[in-house]
Amino acid sequence: MTTETMDAAIRYEVDADGICTLTLDLPGEKMNVLGGRLTTPLDEACQRAVADAAVKGIVITSGKPAFVAGGDLKAMGEGFDYSSLSKGEIAYRLGSLSRMLRALEQCGKPVACAINGTALGGGFEIALACHYRVVADDPEIQLGLPEANVGLMPGAGGTQRVIRLVGVKAALPLLMQGKILKPADALAAGLVHEISPVGEIVTAAKRWLRAGGDPVQPWDKKGYVIPGPHSTLEREFRGIFSGSNAMVRANGLGNYPAPELISSVIYEGAMLPMDKALGIESKYFSLLRTGDVSRNLIRTMFVNKGRADRLEARPEGIEKLNFRRIGVVGAGLMGGGIAFAAAKAGMEVVLIDRDQESADRGKDYARKKLARDVEKGRSTQDKMDAVLARIKPTTDYAELGDVQMAIETVFEDFAVKSEVLPRIEAAIPADAFIGSNTSRMPITRLAGSLAAPERLVGMHFFSPAERMPLIEIIRGTATGAQALAHALDFAQAVRKTPVLVNDSFGFFTSRFIGSFVGQSLAMLNEGVSPALIENGARMLGMPMGALSISDLMGLDTGYKAAQQEARDRGEEPPITISSRLVTEFGRLGSKVGKGYFDYGEDGSKRIWPGLAALLPTLSEQPSIDEVKARILYAQLAEGARAFAEGVLVDAMSGDLGACLGVGFPAYLGGPFAAMDTIGVPQVIVEADRLAGRYGEAFALPKIVRDMADRGETFHGATAVLSPGAMAT
Amino acid sequence: MRDILIYDHVRTPRGKGRKDGALHEITPVQLATQSLAALKTRNALPADSIDEVILGCVSAAGEQGATLQRIAPILAGFDDRTPGLQLNRACASGLEAISIAAGKIAAGMVDLAISGGVESMSRIPMGADGGGPHGADPAVTFHTPFVMQGVSADLLATLYGFGRDDLDAYAVESQRRAAHAWNSGYFAKSVIPVTDVLGTVVLDRDEHMRPEADMQSLGALKPAFKDMGEHVGFDKIAIQRYPEIIGIEHVHTAATSSGIVDGAGAVLLGSAEVGARLGLKPRARIRSFISIGSEPILMLDGPTPACRRALAVAGLDVGDIDLWELNEAFAAVPLRLMQTLGIPHDKMNVNGGAIALGHPLGATGAMIAGTLIDELERRDATIGMVTLCAAGGMGIAMVLERV
Repeated sequence: MTTETMDAAIRYEVDADGICTLTLDLPGEKMNVLGGRLTTPLDEACQRAVADAAVKGIVITSGKPAFVAGGDLKAMGEGFDYSSLSKGEIAYRLGSLSRMLRALEQCGKPVACAINGTALGGGFEIALACHYRVVADDPEIQLGLPEANVGLMPGAGGTQRVIRLVGVKAALPLLMQGKILKPADALAAGLVHEISPVGEIVTAAKRWLRAGGDPVQPWDKKGYVIPGPHSTLEREFRGIFSGSNAMVRANGLGNYPAPELISSVIYEGAMLPMDKALGIESKYFSLLRTGDVSRNLIRTMFVNKGRADRLEARPEGIEKLNFRRIGVVGAGLMGGGIAFAAAKAGMEVVLIDRDQESADRGKDYARKKLARDVEKGRSTQDKMDAVLARIKPTTDYAELGDVQMAIETVFEDFAVKSEVLPRIEAAIPADAFIGSNTSRMPITRLAGSLAAPERLVGMHFFSPAERMPLIEIIRGTATGAQALAHALDFAQAVRKTPVLVNDSFGFFTSRFIGSFVGQSLAMLNEGVSPALIENGARMLGMPMGALSISDLMGLDTGYKAAQQEARDRGEEPPITISSRLVTEFGRLGSKVGKGYFDYGEDGSKRIWPGLAALLPTLSEQPSIDEVKARILYAQLAEGARAFAEGVLVDAMSGDLGACLGVGFPAYLGGPFAAMDTIGVPQVIVEADRLAGRYGEAFALPKIVRDMADRGETFHGATAVLSPGAMAT
Repeated sequence: MRDILIYDHVRTPRGKGRKDGALHEITPVQLATQSLAALKTRNALPADSIDEVILGCVSAAGEQGATLQRIAPILAGFDDRTPGLQLNRACASGLEAISIAAGKIAAGMVDLAISGGVESMSRIPMGADGGGPHGADPAVTFHTPFVMQGVSADLLATLYGFGRDDLDAYAVESQRRAAHAWNSGYFAKSVIPVTDVLGTVVLDRDEHMRPEADMQSLGALKPAFKDMGEHVGFDKIAIQRYPEIIGIEHVHTAATSSGIVDGAGAVLLGSAEVGARLGLKPRARIRSFISIGSEPILMLDGPTPACRRALAVAGLDVGDIDLWELNEAFAAVPLRLMQTLGIPHDKMNVNGGAIALGHPLGATGAMIAGTLIDELERRDATIGMVTLCAAGGMGIAMVLERV
């Protein structure tokens, strides 16, 4: 037996039977991340094994807990400098792993893959190129090709091998939705050949090799045909794509190229021999890899989200707080949701309201949601009981005597909050901190009601709180480093992404979504058709139009908030179309079946015909592109103004807050990524045009013009320094 | 340009396009052959008199594909020198066949031609030819999205304000007119009985009609395209192209859509010289023939621009047209053409249309051109328009004038 280290990344061992084991083990890394550091030595090791006459067969396995967890998203999030290359050269370069794996499966010697741990993306593609795949019997192992979720597609033969193994119909969800499989599911689907006990997979792989493993892939055998429909001459094949194409277009609105190009690579690849099919895959892959959408998705939703999740913004030198017991004061919708989220994360929750009935109702929120999970098989009765047992509804502030933090979630009224906060302060231990769940009230002002204002930190949750992935953490002028650090710890403990912002009215997310709603209502008041306003938002990629959002939230809720806000600002409440709907017509929103829309019992909705009489109608309606531009640029300009005013610590927080909190389209990567993608000078031209026609909502702050002059961007090497950057 | 004259036309009755339809046992080549043979016999055409046979067919696959058009003339008793051309402009095929022959005649390259179409929808179902790239091929379909035709019909109705009652009322009237025309013998001159291998007549009258239809019976029917629109995603796709609407009203039913039937139609056309030489009496002159594209998602509004251009080329106004024949693909289609051009209903499809009689895809254009000529003669009127919408967003129109 020979053992030697050919390259640090790959261990090369040949046993007495002539079986060469290649162990992927990237030095100095916790995981085998796919990249040139791994694939170049793997290629060399494979070529060496093939050339070595003593080697009869090859086993590929990993020296890390995971096999190969996928590509290097961090590198991908930086984009890809292809400016000097032709499109063909780019596709060729990006196809290097694909060609290497094709050579491996045609090398003439049998190759087995011993999948010891999670194999995703490119890692799973390596496995698919082997003639035999044995995976460890561990249900925690994840197998699959999730590239679609980051705006990409498999680019190393994965699409073509999957359709040749399982057929086009079964391949669609695996490739287009990036479905992840457990080993047992992968075996049932036909993607792996064998499941073996943990620790015995290399033995199992060698057993297959010794038994005369076949060195020819099924698709390289004469007479091979793809299982199931695989040609446009088959009605079922056409039906699969007609249906799938319609759904992709209906729901993606043409904003997400990955599912579209994945459809093409499956459709076209199924009708081609393997080598031509792989060439097609490389071409389509290169289009996604060099596109704006994958870069924006990866940078915001994975790289930057990861940085926020790791609490990069957390003040140093403060011990991490492990939450055992917290208080939630105010058992309404938000309080109930927050209590539920905390209880699910294993915390004891004291849930307080004015009367026991209200407090119990807050706990019922969790009970109802859990019961549905149990009913649908997503949870068990035991787990449900355990979570509920951790929530204690009460009216007694004394129960807060041993909590580590308390969050107030009472009504958005300065007077009410100012009354509750001191009561909480008096009840909780001296080292505990207080979070205020408010969507817009300045924390600095609220802190004025406390004896120790440094204990208060803003914690803006989004509804439904147990599901929405974001918490906006607001640092008031007085907020102490400890409260801030522990608020971030809490976000991590309940598995939500925190974005840290500076204090101001509406912070970031509320004023940001306000610009979307405000611009939509401005159009409505000008006489733009409600259908155009709603569809424009949807087509831009917003989850729903502003009128639908208003109806869903309750027009009365919005009306009361506007009244309150005006009072808080010392202004006269304005009479708006939505206030008229509430006060004159009793149209309170979707909960009563009527708001801007009339809601049918079958779930249908139609614009309320009476709306037309309350509004002017423009004889010449704007184009849908103009409506989309107004909805987009109102948000870009508001984001830029918040950035200029120092509300945002950095552009990344704005992108995350917008995408995770208030539905800004992820394909744009957030308002700041979007401005970089469009180009800051182009943003100025369009925003100035819109400001000239429609007013101040599109006014850009000076910093954006300075950025254009200096050639700066919001992200990357030429990034501008955020006026709100804080030393933490 | 030489005059293009129509000398005669025939059509088969339209059989239900189902397994229990009377024409289901008749092969499509037989439907075509019997139509060609009827023209040959009625007009005592010499075997070598035909320079071109063009037959539209939408689902040209299997027994209905490839060389059907080449072999049918031989089966009908024409000389080997008679060539055959298959063409597919979707639902406009039958009229396009006449248009292409008209162009060849006008150019002096053809003297006498037979144009028409054939479609046995019971034997060769829609889509049997593979369906093409639009809808299935992702690269095509994401560039230019596809929606199912019925959803386009509901979109057309939604955009231009045709409600369920408007459509149902139109269909009831189409049924009434078709029954009246049959009962009055208006179709008798041109409908040929279809015979089986023994020479026995298997069908001599359109069998899709439902003259008993009324508002109540039609009102009970379910919308035909609601599921496709709401669950497959076609509504959302349509709204992305027509964002001025919030939702699509699914108002068309099976009874306000054209019927699926079997049948063939054939038109004899040629130059003035050939008619004189063979002793044929011209019945109509083709004044203009236009094909035009329209937006593919709305798909069905091509007749308006096609008719406008056909009128302009012929130097005519809407008011000059005595009778209109428009294929009733869906009830919203004629309602929309009447709306855009201000056509009174008593000039439109006066003997009913495809809602009552059925729409044998590739053949319909030739059939309704013949129906128009017969009715112009019966009324002693002069000028008529034949028009159809076609899949993928196309319209075709032809102005005919009695001579």
